[in-house]
Amino acid sequence: MKAETKNILPVYRRSSFMKPAFLYNRSLRRGAFILLFVVLSVFAGSLLTPHDILGMDPVNRLSAPNGSHWFGTDNVGRDVFSRVMYGVRLSLIIGFFVTAISAALGLAVGLIVTYSKALDHILMRICDGLFAIPSILLAIALMAALGQKPINVIIALILVFFPSIARVVRSQAMMIKEKVFIESLRAQGANAFRIIFLHIAPNVMSPLIVQVTHVFAASILIEASLSFLGAGIPEPLPSLGNLMYDGKLAIYNAWWMTVFPGVFIVLIVLGLNLFGDGLRDYLDPKSKKLNGLEKAK
Amino acid sequence: MTYGKEKELLRVENLKVSFPGPGKDIQVIEDVSFNLHKGEVLGIVGESGCGKSVTAEAILQLLDKDTTRYSGKILLKGLDLLELSDREMTKIRGNEISMIFQDPMSSLNPVQTIGKQIAEAIRIHQDVSKREAKKRSIDLLRRIGIPSPEERYKQYPHEISGGMRQRVMIAMALSCLPSLLIADEPTTALDVTIQAQILNLISKFQKDLQMGVILITHDFGVVANYCTKVAVMYLGQIIEQTDVNTLFSNPLHPYTNGLINSIPKLDEDRQKELLSIKGAVPSLAQTPKGCRFASRCEFVTDRCLEEVPTLETLKNGHQIRCWNYNDIRKAEAVYV
Repeated sequence: MKAETKNILPVYRRSSFMKPAFLYNRSLRRGAFILLFVVLSVFAGSLLTPHDILGMDPVNRLSAPNGSHWFGTDNVGRDVFSRVMYGVRLSLIIGFFVTAISAALGLAVGLIVTYSKALDHILMRICDGLFAIPSILLAIALMAALGQKPINVIIALILVFFPSIARVVRSQAMMIKEKVFIESLRAQGANAFRIIFLHIAPNVMSPLIVQVTHVFAASILIEASLSFLGAGIPEPLPSLGNLMYDGKLAIYNAWWMTVFPGVFIVLIVLGLNLFGDGLRDYLDPKSKKLNGLEKAK
Repeated sequence: MTYGKEKELLRVENLKVSFPGPGKDIQVIEDVSFNLHKGEVLGIVGESGCGKSVTAEAILQLLDKDTTRYSGKILLKGLDLLELSDREMTKIRGNEISMIFQDPMSSLNPVQTIGKQIAEAIRIHQDVSKREAKKRSIDLLRRIGIPSPEERYKQYPHEISGGMRQRVMIAMALSCLPSLLIADEPTTALDVTIQAQILNLISKFQKDLQMGVILITHDFGVVANYCTKVAVMYLGQIIEQTDVNTLFSNPLHPYTNGLINSIPKLDEDRQKELLSIKGAVPSLAQTPKGCRFASRCEFVTDRCLEEVPTLETLKNGHQIRCWNYNDIRKAEAVYV
């Protein structure tokens, strides 16, 4: 009888200090490891390689990956490994700032419009307008208007991405606003400021965090596309997009120029998306798996 | 005290509340008047949709500002709440008038600990330090009968039971020692044993603090036990209002009669069919021309269908909105 119950009831592993609860979520764990690998390789890259990202060496151009040039060299003899690592670093920095600022902006807009119908109409129509244009086209247009500088890439991508965050925040905040506990807070004499920022804001965090990881991944992809098209990070500064563009010209002779930046884009985006999906399951109280607990095999 | 001679706490005069409906406004509350003294418990009774909760929410003006229209007077210690600005109103809410809601499951913020929420309720109206607020909240938790309050302070709403959550709501409502407490069906979502505990708790604090309480319910048992006077509502109107003893010994309105008779009695024949009031509540969008209860009343006359009955006040203060209550009483006397 006892053995039988043991089979019926799922056995759950408990989290511990060494293995915190969120690592029990499979895609969260995998995403985190991939991202950790990418970040560590960026640090390792800048420490381990003596090569300058701009230092040309025409004698050794287009040489295949070897002991001194791990990812080979490009058509003017620059070290692809250090250039890819620099590009990854640039992508992560741009992605981080774009995500952080659009999250803050999206959160502010999304929360404020729930309490003012007039603002709701104005700001949400602006967001609709930004939504109507495909994001890559909008980004190209903004870059053309602002000029080709890394800082402008960030500004353009913020304008592309903050409406989607504002949307998510707004819809969640609208739902929370109708909950009884908000009415109960009003009955306690809480003013609108307190209700919005101290009670609605924490309740919109979990969809916001999930959306943010997707925006992070998407902003890295769009930045790479912009640079690939020549509208993003200006040459000769390496970014994953313009490295692939350079590689495209020599793809039959020097596959490493295209493949390595490509692999890193895939790793970053895959890592972020796995992390985001895992986070969604982890943060969703209705998710079927018990939070932080995974069935032991 | 500066207000009234008899310590009149709340006086509601000809309160009307309307919401915009398709085509025309829908009058949800029609000419509701009552008053409440310190230490009194007013029960508002009626079936769902009769405007009990709207009356409560109107007193605190919790309804959607942009669409709801109020008229009449709501005087708290002589101060008309309907004339206050939004800002002044937030100083009344939670401080002078507190409210407890029906569903304790959803009336607490799920992402904050209960302790933090009680402390916040204190700090909204009182200028005390965080540490002092925490001390007071733990003290409040202890006083509402929650065991090991220090540990409970750190728990989230989903970690405690429904009855305990309602206790926490009471603690929050009482944190600023309000002079009026509105309890909107505080026990509907709880089981019977917990109901009694919660109502006894409210009743204990009501006596200790000499609060006025408005208890909204549809349970006549609760009314008989805890209220000092009762208003019966039907379709947005008060149809009968009197003290609790008179209501049970001498109910005048056929609707009140129906409600009281439909409660099953312990010594009754169990095979007998339970009494019920025939028909259903008409829609507020199409209120009948005459008496609103006419379509379901067994004593209906031509006058009831044509003329709206007025709220008549008898010598003993008993208020009744019915044209024929005298004839009905005689007819019933013959029956018995």
